[in-house]
Amino acid sequence: MNLTLMITVVFYIFIFLSIYVQVFFLVTFLERREEIHRREGRVIPSRFPSITIAVPCWNEEQTLERTMCSLLKVDYPKDKLHIFLVDDGSTDSTLERMRTFEKYSNVKVFHKENGGKYTALNLALGYCQTEVFGCLDADSFAHPEALRRLVTYFDNPQVMAVAPSIIVDHPRNIFERCQKIEYEWAVYIKKMLGFLGGIHVAPGPLSLFRRQVFNVIGSYRPAHNTEDMEIAYRMQKHHLKIEQCNDAYVYTITPNSIKKLFKQRLRWIYGFLNNTMDYRRLLFKPQFGHFAIFTVPAGLISVSSVLYVFGRIIGNLIEWVGDKLNQISAVGWNLSLSFPHLDWFYFNTKSVLFLFLFLYGLIIVSILIGRYMTHGKFKFSPAIFYFIIIYSFLAPFWIVKAVWDTTRRKNPSWR
Amino acid sequence: MKVDWKKYVIVFFITSALFLTAIYLSNYFNNRKLENLKSIQDKISIDILSTETKFTLLQELACKEVDKTFLSDELNELAQKIEYSERNLGGQNESVTDLKKYYSLLQIKDYLLMRRLKERCGIKSNFILYFYSNTGDCPECGKQGLILTALREKYPELRVYSFDYHLDSPAVRALISIYKVGRDLPGLVIDGQLQPGPQTIEEIEKLIPPLPKNIKPTEETEKN
Repeated sequence: MNLTLMITVVFYIFIFLSIYVQVFFLVTFLERREEIHRREGRVIPSRFPSITIAVPCWNEEQTLERTMCSLLKVDYPKDKLHIFLVDDGSTDSTLERMRTFEKYSNVKVFHKENGGKYTALNLALGYCQTEVFGCLDADSFAHPEALRRLVTYFDNPQVMAVAPSIIVDHPRNIFERCQKIEYEWAVYIKKMLGFLGGIHVAPGPLSLFRRQVFNVIGSYRPAHNTEDMEIAYRMQKHHLKIEQCNDAYVYTITPNSIKKLFKQRLRWIYGFLNNTMDYRRLLFKPQFGHFAIFTVPAGLISVSSVLYVFGRIIGNLIEWVGDKLNQISAVGWNLSLSFPHLDWFYFNTKSVLFLFLFLYGLIIVSILIGRYMTHGKFKFSPAIFYFIIIYSFLAPFWIVKAVWDTTRRKNPSWR
Repeated sequence: MKVDWKKYVIVFFITSALFLTAIYLSNYFNNRKLENLKSIQDKISIDILSTETKFTLLQELACKEVDKTFLSDELNELAQKIEYSERNLGGQNESVTDLKKYYSLLQIKDYLLMRRLKERCGIKSNFILYFYSNTGDCPECGKQGLILTALREKYPELRVYSFDYHLDSPAVRALISIYKVGRDLPGLVIDGQLQPGPQTIEEIEKLIPPLPKNIKPTEETEKN
């Protein structure tokens, strides 16, 4: 088999698998759509389990107050809700600001040497005496009804953890608006993964766990700076069920520049690759369900496809530059401008074009469903196109860097 | 959770159906393109026949009655479309090869006709027969093609006829044999003389008799 044919075959395999993943989500949605509820207003749970929410902080003086206000306003019996503020060796005024909340009877403040988010969570876990334990990142704000909606999932005794839907808080610039679309898309994807029992991240903003989970699987680990992913992997390894509550909203502040977005995504992808390597023995084993057969392989397909497409773009770019140099050496700089032909004959009608149309069509449909699940109505926004275009351009860079860092065992920093 | 294998199979079939649909749509539009090429060729064929008929009547007609620039644009358009189809459908595609053979015949007919017109009516045209290969045995052919394109833009009266050296066409083989074009490609036949190997712009300009250049219209001439 010659190289060109091999490259073409690999390309078609990747595009087949990418479409397969989107169709899989859509089929799951059509199968289970009746079970998706978007509850408006106050929910009355069958019972109110006692909850400890840990807020790990490192230099969060800017956002801590708003995070705390959102937690204090959460509609949940105060005697059942305990808030642990853990200062992880901040160098700004975070600790002083934390102290101002000690006046509330259900708030406790802890201070420790800086050791990373997982150490702050473990400290809180050590003092937790409630039935449920959760975490709220200090850059996130809970919806007043979030806890009531989340705890309803614990009516099922098999459910060991519940993850909320994360929404971007007041997007201001184009990057934040793109992330808003991405997070709304994730509402749909995560709900489908929840149906499949294949959730691979229990995100930092307000995921709740039964306290007994940690007795079974142990406490948080460094996990390549993605402890929320590793804990979900470990739960899947122990066959502990994680659910997704699509109508429990948590608002989060997202990176507002390319640089910050790049750092965040680099950490996420690096975490995904390295946690997957750490748990590679689970892959493709049917006893670990859709998590091992679908979720993680789908993530690996995405990473590989982006790497492959990036490689091809670089290859084509080199070829184009070579052609232009050839042209200059043949006819000099006096190049006539060639405008694209408007004749329909010259429109690309290769099958790959239609396959990409199907793929992006499926992605746009998924985004619209995610927006419906978030806002209760189908809302089309031009930001969907910005998201697709900007992420198609940027994602290869953080993926390539994450793969490169993985080969060098270089753990990306938090900020 | 237990793995639902049936769902994996169903999704596989749906994805395969989407794949087949993409292939079907691609084939449908490619066939439409080939039909478009055939219709252009048929039009050129009729035009050539009509000019040949006119030409036989030349003795009774003045030279000014014959359109001396006819088919140039159509042949160029056809050449571009065939080249595009060859790139996208592959040089081995039977329909594309058939179209190339037909196109080569049309070029030869046009070449012969234009030569006769030049002799009889003294039109200011120069002809270059360009033999190329795209099977990997002519690394300079790409560059030579660019040079000829640039020359054609510079001199509108220059008519370049391109022939695939490896095309299985008796007429092309006859041309190769007449001008003794060897495997030292690219091969250029300028003014009836074979120039083997790649030629630069300057070398070609020296070989062709002076031709009017393509002058970009000034503001004044545009107004006129």
